[in-house]
Amino acid sequence: MQKPVYISGMGAITSIGNNIGEMKNSLMSNRHGIHHIQYLDTAHKGKLLVGEVKMSNDELLNSLGIEIESSSRTTMLGMIAAREAVAIQGLNLDDGKRTGLISSTSVGGIDKSENFIKKFFEDPASGKLRNMMTHDCGDSTEHIAVDLGIRHYVSTISTACSSSANAIMTGARLIRHNILDRVLVGGTDSMTKYTLNGFNALKILDSDHCKPFDNDRQGLNLGEGAAFLLLESEESLKERNGEPIGIVQGYGNANDAYHQTASSPDGAGAYEAMRIALKQAAMTTEDIQYINVHGTATPVNDLSEGTAIQRLFQSEIPDFSSTKCFTGHTLAAAGSIEAVIALLNLKHQFIAPNLNFKTAIEGINMTPIVSLKRTNSLKNILSNSFGFGGNCSSLVLSSI
Amino acid sequence: MNIYINGIGNVSPQNTLDNSKFLEELVNEKSNTLWVKDPNYKEHISGGSLRRMSRILKIGVHSAHQCMTDAGQKKLDAIITGTGLGCLTDTEKFLKNIYSNDEGVVSPTQFIQSTHNAISAQIALMIQCKNYNFTYTHRGSSFESALLDGMLLIQENAENVLVGGLDELTDSYLKITSRMNMWKTTGFEQLDLFMQEGKGTIAGEGASFFMLGKKPSQNCYAVIKGLQILFKPQNVSSVENTINSLLVNNGLVKEDLDIVILGYNGDHELDATYHQLQSGLLQGIDVCRFKHLCGEYKTASSFGLWTASQILKKQHVPDILKKGEFEKSSIKNVLLYNNYNNSNHSMLLLQHVES
Amino acid sequence: MQELIDKLKLQLIDQLNLEDMTPEDINEDDSLFESELGLDSIDALEIIVLLEREYGVKIQNQEDGKKIFKSVRSIAEHIDANT
Repeated sequence: MQKPVYISGMGAITSIGNNIGEMKNSLMSNRHGIHHIQYLDTAHKGKLLVGEVKMSNDELLNSLGIEIESSSRTTMLGMIAAREAVAIQGLNLDDGKRTGLISSTSVGGIDKSENFIKKFFEDPASGKLRNMMTHDCGDSTEHIAVDLGIRHYVSTISTACSSSANAIMTGARLIRHNILDRVLVGGTDSMTKYTLNGFNALKILDSDHCKPFDNDRQGLNLGEGAAFLLLESEESLKERNGEPIGIVQGYGNANDAYHQTASSPDGAGAYEAMRIALKQAAMTTEDIQYINVHGTATPVNDLSEGTAIQRLFQSEIPDFSSTKCFTGHTLAAAGSIEAVIALLNLKHQFIAPNLNFKTAIEGINMTPIVSLKRTNSLKNILSNSFGFGGNCSSLVLSSI
Repeated sequence: MNIYINGIGNVSPQNTLDNSKFLEELVNEKSNTLWVKDPNYKEHISGGSLRRMSRILKIGVHSAHQCMTDAGQKKLDAIITGTGLGCLTDTEKFLKNIYSNDEGVVSPTQFIQSTHNAISAQIALMIQCKNYNFTYTHRGSSFESALLDGMLLIQENAENVLVGGLDELTDSYLKITSRMNMWKTTGFEQLDLFMQEGKGTIAGEGASFFMLGKKPSQNCYAVIKGLQILFKPQNVSSVENTINSLLVNNGLVKEDLDIVILGYNGDHELDATYHQLQSGLLQGIDVCRFKHLCGEYKTASSFGLWTASQILKKQHVPDILKKGEFEKSSIKNVLLYNNYNNSNHSMLLLQHVES
Repeated sequence: MQELIDKLKLQLIDQLNLEDMTPEDINEDDSLFESELGLDSIDALEIIVLLEREYGVKIQNQEDGKKIFKSVRSIAEHIDANT
């Protein structure tokens, strides 16, 4: 039997809430966060729908009550979620235990550096250098580590849209290997011109609300946000009489090795990731009551993911839904945001609906949960996150 | 813990494409910017794949192939890369496109290829490896994070894991970092880096890959005994304590160390920690340096590990690496200590493997 | 038409980074996506960008694209009919 990995804290900020409580309320009352662009300065304002966190950069900085010379939106979102995740009564991060931080991001601080670069391209001697210091992916992670006083192993993962699922996986392994006693894991990504124009160039943005797993799906809505979980070893939790809120039971990562961006038609990577995660958790498909699908609403992803689920679960497909119609696709943060949603599902015994669904995809004929479902049987949830480069990850999260 | 290094690949500013040679013909540029010596990329990459690859992708894929060929192993349980800045060329190109078109019609290729995991994904695609595929991007701990992950996988029963560290230079990066006064500016030859005084170092780039194995192969270079990574340790004693515990965990005392390889980069402020260690805990131990060969970059420690691997296998220390007089002729235990910008610290303990 | 075809070949080589290829290597009637060229979905997006930027011709949906991008000649004909 492998060492259990407990989840003892969580925090999140997304377009549907600035904290866990607000997110729960939104999910339970069909309140999505997808609107016209309000905060990002872009030519696409008024044309595309996105899931922005409903706070300006100044408001974020004020709410943090800190002064950073140059803080990217990615850093501020991450810091808010990270602080919430460790705001646990009786927890002292400076008690001599080995505490680490594994964060993840795909854009890093590019929301700042893209403005620097604009001036720099016009004149290489111009542009405020401090706006460039935030550029790399490690920047937001280190600001969070310093804010919380974490000095042990600090790292950042960037595997596109599976990043924070992978951060959870790495954190769990570091606990199991007894390298850390506690580790804060998750991810943060802010809305940027870079990603908005990138996905637009790939022609996989829906100009309307995204429709995951619908036959008429046109693409995704971009979102932003951050979420962190505190993972803890049994010993560390017992020593401080902590209360676990869930367990990381299984995880799997596999590669599609098919194409730079597109998923394979048979979802080989997705299938493998789910299979490995279940095996890790010592479970069969029957043990899973709900799948939080990756479900970006791009034509290719949903078909590929659906095919993989059917292959693995055969005729007994559990309840499933995509919550990206609430939050938008938050890229590197999606895995940890959806892990937080899974933990809320387990705690309050509900499944959030897959909004905007009308008709099942031809050929796979899978119908998600379309209205709020209350239940009392949720025990184990499978959460999928897939990214560019064929990077496929799956997590099994369980109640205590 | 025994993690074996069974193959190496290194595309760098030195002549490192032939693993049977070890720094025999040195490159000595009179420049503060060290670019890699381009290999014949077509040796390993088909024209169809090459056409979308920026420099870092080509460098990385070539180095990975060099490593797999060296190890005689293409059946991998995992591919893990570490990169501080990822695919800079494509990031810059895509940003330029966005601005020159006022966010109008932009071509998607650079966006796709600028994803940090593009290199590990490209390697997987080329050798059709459907297993574990990760990319770490955390400043000066990027490569070490990848290495640690690889070591954990081997302990979790993986047989062969490909791990690499890589970063590329671009003109814009150099212009921006020059404005931040990161580089020495007076004209001198790179190999004289450590004779220069004052602030700043020289810029470098490269891709170094390693085949980690559960068992030693015929081609084994060294065995990794332990790795520690620290973020902003409070003082030098925390660094010393960590090195000590690494030694103790392996039943060693510091006198057992034959060589320490230190990440000196010629910046008198940043080199302070190395000096303190040399006059403290590591006093009396032979010291090697390597950044005058490859320059400073966020994953330069992977060049350091390449150096350590070659020293341990060939049982030979090229003079260019030596800092001061050398006493030891047979080399068993090597410690590699590096820090990037005094924030990201790592200590790696390696041992010779009898063939 | 031949003039447009020759120009297109050069533009395609540039836009798609078809290194080592010359216009003579591309037969205007050969299939672009099911031949030795081995173009894929990303190339299709690149061709859309090329047509919009250089000729002001917009391809609204990807299904139309498949027919139009059959060969260099079919692309040239589409440009000719829409400019």
